[in-house]
Amino acid sequence: MGKNNGHIRFVVGLGSCGIAAGAKDLYEELAAKMKSHPAATLTHTSCNGMCFKEPILEVFYPDGNHLMLGNIHKKDVDKVLEPLLTQKPVDEKFVIENSLQPDKVESFRLKQHKIVLENCGVIDPDDIAPYLEKGGYTALKKVLTSMTFEQVIEEMKASGLRGRGGAGFPTGMKWQFARNTQSEKKYMICNADEGDPGAFMDRAVLESDPHRVIEGLIIGGYAIGAHYGYIYVRAEYPLAIKRLKIAITQATERNLLGDNILKSDFSFHLKIKEGAGAFVCGEETALIASIEGERGNPRLRPPFPAVSGLWKHPTNINNVETLASVPWIINNGSAAYASYGTAKSKGTKVFSVAGKIAKGGLVEVDMGIPLRDIIYTIGGGTSSGKPFKAVQLGGPSGGCIPERLLDTPVDYESIAATGAIMGSGGMVVMDADTCIVDVAKFFLTFTQKESCGKCTFCRVGTTRLLEILERIAAGKGVMEDLDKLADLSVKVKDLSLCGLGKTAPNPIITTIKYFRDEYEEHIKDKKCRAAVCKDLIDFAVVEKECTGCHACFKNCPVKAISGTAKAVHHIDQKICIKCGMCYEVCKFNAIFKG
Amino acid sequence: MVSLLIDGKKVEAAPSQTILQAAQKAGIHIPTLCHAPRLSPSGACRMCVVEVEGARALVASCAAPVSQGMKVSTGSETVLRARRLNLELIWSNHPNDCLTCDKTGECKLQSLMYDYNVKTSRFVAQNPPTKPDDSNPAIYRDMNKCILCGKCVRICDEVQNQHTLAFSNRGMQTTIATAFEKPLKDAGCVFCGHCVSVCPVGALMDKPSMNKGRPWETKKVSTVCCYCGVGCSLVLHVKKGEVIRVTSDTYSPPNYGSLCVKGRYGFEFYKSPDRLKTPMIRDSIDQPFRETSWEEAIGLVARKLLDIKQHHGTEAFGCLSSSRGTNEENYLAQKFTRAVMGTNNMDNCARVCHAPSVTGLRAALGSGAATNSLADIEGAEVLIVSGSNTTEAHPVAALKIKKAVRQNGAKLIVIDPREIELVQFATVWLRLKPGTNVALINGLLHVILNEGLENKGFIEQRTENIDMLRQVVAQYPPEKTEEITGVPREDIIKAARIYADTQKGMIVYGLGMTEHKAGSHGVMSLANLALITGNVGRPNTGINPLRGQNNVQGSCDMGALPDVYTCYQKVDDPAANKKFSEAWGCPLPTKPGLKEPQMYREALAGRFKAMYIIGYDPAATQANINNVRSAMRRLDFLVVQELFMTETAKLAHVVLPTGCFFEKDGTFTNAERRVRRLNQAIPLPNGARHDWEIICQIATAMGYPMSYGHPGEIMDEIARLTPEFAGINFERLAGDGLVWPVWDKQHPGTPILHKDTFTRGKGRLNDLLYTPSEELPDNEYPLYLTTGRRLYHYNNGSMSLRNPEIHTISSEEFAEVHPGAVLWR
Repeated sequence: MGKNNGHIRFVVGLGSCGIAAGAKDLYEELAAKMKSHPAATLTHTSCNGMCFKEPILEVFYPDGNHLMLGNIHKKDVDKVLEPLLTQKPVDEKFVIENSLQPDKVESFRLKQHKIVLENCGVIDPDDIAPYLEKGGYTALKKVLTSMTFEQVIEEMKASGLRGRGGAGFPTGMKWQFARNTQSEKKYMICNADEGDPGAFMDRAVLESDPHRVIEGLIIGGYAIGAHYGYIYVRAEYPLAIKRLKIAITQATERNLLGDNILKSDFSFHLKIKEGAGAFVCGEETALIASIEGERGNPRLRPPFPAVSGLWKHPTNINNVETLASVPWIINNGSAAYASYGTAKSKGTKVFSVAGKIAKGGLVEVDMGIPLRDIIYTIGGGTSSGKPFKAVQLGGPSGGCIPERLLDTPVDYESIAATGAIMGSGGMVVMDADTCIVDVAKFFLTFTQKESCGKCTFCRVGTTRLLEILERIAAGKGVMEDLDKLADLSVKVKDLSLCGLGKTAPNPIITTIKYFRDEYEEHIKDKKCRAAVCKDLIDFAVVEKECTGCHACFKNCPVKAISGTAKAVHHIDQKICIKCGMCYEVCKFNAIFKG
Repeated sequence: MVSLLIDGKKVEAAPSQTILQAAQKAGIHIPTLCHAPRLSPSGACRMCVVEVEGARALVASCAAPVSQGMKVSTGSETVLRARRLNLELIWSNHPNDCLTCDKTGECKLQSLMYDYNVKTSRFVAQNPPTKPDDSNPAIYRDMNKCILCGKCVRICDEVQNQHTLAFSNRGMQTTIATAFEKPLKDAGCVFCGHCVSVCPVGALMDKPSMNKGRPWETKKVSTVCCYCGVGCSLVLHVKKGEVIRVTSDTYSPPNYGSLCVKGRYGFEFYKSPDRLKTPMIRDSIDQPFRETSWEEAIGLVARKLLDIKQHHGTEAFGCLSSSRGTNEENYLAQKFTRAVMGTNNMDNCARVCHAPSVTGLRAALGSGAATNSLADIEGAEVLIVSGSNTTEAHPVAALKIKKAVRQNGAKLIVIDPREIELVQFATVWLRLKPGTNVALINGLLHVILNEGLENKGFIEQRTENIDMLRQVVAQYPPEKTEEITGVPREDIIKAARIYADTQKGMIVYGLGMTEHKAGSHGVMSLANLALITGNVGRPNTGINPLRGQNNVQGSCDMGALPDVYTCYQKVDDPAANKKFSEAWGCPLPTKPGLKEPQMYREALAGRFKAMYIIGYDPAATQANINNVRSAMRRLDFLVVQELFMTETAKLAHVVLPTGCFFEKDGTFTNAERRVRRLNQAIPLPNGARHDWEIICQIATAMGYPMSYGHPGEIMDEIARLTPEFAGINFERLAGDGLVWPVWDKQHPGTPILHKDTFTRGKGRLNDLLYTPSEELPDNEYPLYLTTGRRLYHYNNGSMSLRNPEIHTISSEEFAEVHPGAVLWR
């Protein structure tokens, strides 16, 4: 990025993930230590997607060379600063990429194709200048100076872009509906209420490239005829909110927002509305209710928001990733975008790959690549090295896809055919240590708690589903429970009022479909093969391995372990709460779990 | 219209209708739990699901619009299975205590479980029960039984506009709560009981009715509320001679199921131990009363009144009847006064409330009554509410005003010195100094005429005296009006323009207009506003007094006034006098009689010897009670008919115990001229007699035989003598009653007056100058004090204070003074 002006430029990734891994400390340490060095500058960017390498430091030299270091912490600064400043080799363990070693390629970066994420981890998100340098707001200018709203909508239709929030509704059509409704006032809303456990695509985009989302939103406003916009962003994303606020101020100062944008007739005013932590507010009508200051309960459709939405005015809502795709499509043309992906799912899709994966992070790939490529080529397989079991797609609304379906291409229809959903892009990887009943229980615990409570099937149905799962996990299930689960799941799916309830049973339906044997094991054999369900497992000392090191004794929170130093220890099953602490701390594999 | 097939039956429906509405119209039943006719659809309960051919899943019929060619199945096996599972889910979370639940028999969940043959649930709840909330007056809440249909929340929001209840928490913890879980009283609740009325299960119950009787044990008696002039229709639930509960019919005007706290929970006064049950007499008011027989009491009254008539002449007697009494009782009271006592000294408590309405509206339009129906309020585009704290005084009429504003987008202009609740709903609030009504309205007229906003065609064709009016209002330009009234001139201009800019402008007013020395002038001024803008004679227009007591309209219609017989036929009109003389078989006085204040004056002067007061407590309710009490003490003979020992009764020589409205047959006429039947629900207390019987017995004892078998026969006599009532009889009044004038037995009634011509021919524009009130603040008495109404109490409190639930909410009166005024003192 940019020119170096003869300086060595250090860039630290300061996204939420980087900061959590210690990037802020790294940054401050570098700042303190580099103060006296006139030939070096220090700046920051946000997230480049390599969560598994955080904190990440990039160094750009005046000669054009560059170095990317990962897993580098404050304590490492003394070791690496001098060699970096003098362009000498540094400890190889930190080096992810080095322009002097073109053969050294991080496999995580292979098979990715960045459109939405093109600036993420590249530009300084707190400054509008780098975004402008990268061609930012040229799409807006193009739209305002040379395109009618019909042309913009046609361009979106031709691009084949579908809603990246998960439903996959064609964006151009959605805009067309909102445009078609006549009204003095309309609203354009960005849905940044990313709530799926394990999903962080939108957060990364907002933190790393906020202007891209704003630009997409303004273009959408122009297309549908809205002069007012909201970004509904969850309050749990403080850094995203901070950077969005800065971006809005900067865009307003440059007349990219406000009255008569870029001296055109078009005006657009943008506000941020912080969500209050309800998952259901990601649902369009609940989101609208929340902005209105009402309880975030979904509303009946019809009327659809495109006809009567926020304060009864026509309203269009798009997800962050959808809007972030818009400027690229306008700049590069719909044909270029449509050339990526499959017949029905065009362009690229961002996934956040998490769970038991070796290389977790943010991934953008062309639609249609097989899941296997994401899990293995990009993600490097499971983190434990144990066999891969399944991947949960689409968060609590999605489903589990087993090993044997890993060649499924990622496109809306193929994923749906497995019983999962594309969803917003959360991928949670599970290995042999994951209990499938526990997974279903985890997601149902989430949806049951997050149900707004309005309709019977979602409120009571998810609760009763969860209770049955809890019973099975506790070894108290009976075979009829599987029939009850199946019957109730289908009814909750068919009869709930909004998307939350309509998708909440998906984890149960898919896990029963692909892992029925594990459920039956829990019920019939009272066995949890992953040794997760506490009521079905015991911890015991393997006498011939025990060295009497006393570690388990010292760490047991309930004093269930007895034994003197250097003698074999013993676990009292009556006291044991199966927290697994002994298993964790034993260095001699002397604790048996199962 | 679109046509669709529901269960194979071809149904026509408007495209805006839902499948549920179309099915209901076609007589096809679809079960619901969260649906209510007056409320917006919610789609929460999912009971109403139906199968629509081609749809991905079952469809909630309460929300899904119909479409052309749609094929709907309301009872397919898929639908039935879904409903059964739904009931299983609800049941899994509902206490199984139907044996002792008060709702048994009218619980919607219970009957659906039965209809769908769901005997038990496969699912077992694991959530612990919570304690029912018995801490509030009037309303019992047991959230364990709540099925979260949300109807209570919606009716509190959409109908009552009180927003007291809301959903709280999420998921299975979702419950209905007040803000911060405060007690209802502190959370804005007005105890209208709407929430209870729509609760499909036993989660919300009318507290005073609990454990008093099951639905199948009670007789349902339809009647009219005895509190304010809205005249709500009531359904009394009666078990073993006791009223145990009051509800209302959702489909009956004028309230359509709405009631206020008094109507719904103010029904227990009748069984107060204070009820009078035996006639009491004494020779002098210094003596204690002594109980006596009816024969002796009636004989005494007859003897005394004949004696006074003989020795002091007919003008030494006056009768005051009650706006709480029925039409029939009021008719008999004035007949007694005129035919038996030979005087027109007849008045009723309307004298101090809405007599100026009668005078003012008659002078302007020819008829002293509301021009339009209460239902018209909802469709008005502009509403002027003047001198009416409607939410307190006429709570159910206020709901219509709120609906007009909130749901139908009407603009509201409030004219009131106080920041009443309706000010929150107002586009303009004209905060005038008390007593400057006429000046303010002249100011509004000035703006309209000055800016040429008047309806010239209407003025030309249908009114008279515009030139004089122009001359007078020319003296009230906005700046001068501001000076007199204290209302900023820009607000005066804004309000005038808003009202002149609509052809659906409706004026609603209350005692704030009439309870002034120039009260009738205020009313005429309002009429001027309606006349010059042409806002009269059509739906959603007109000028409409909100009557204070339940039968103010009726008591005046019945001629309980000093100058008129029924429906304002003048006593000094020879034709009318002749008609009534012949009908009643005796010559009648032609000189108009004394008004109530004049009676006190005459009594204080010693010229007035006897009064007969029926169901009216002026010794407690008049502004200057010292004056009234002194006047009464000077009487030789005072007869009072009452339910309780009121302040007036305490000054009487004879007190005769009578029946309350639960115990009566008869009719009331509400503020919109709707004559409606009261139906006796419970027997009179042992020892009490009906007012109409007492009057008849006294008259007969005095040598003027009066005898009716039933109040219906009195109404037949009224109908014979009153053209406006010619078409009214008790049979025709069954149901929702009739709105007078009802010219013949086929006539449907007249909800809108003055359609093509005014009762008096042309509308009269009265040119009126503002005259300041007589007693203005001075150094000695520096504050304005003005009276107001309280939602929880009514009139002298003789009834409302004797309701335990209401007493718990509000047990005392107080004066409100601005802190600044106190500090300044």
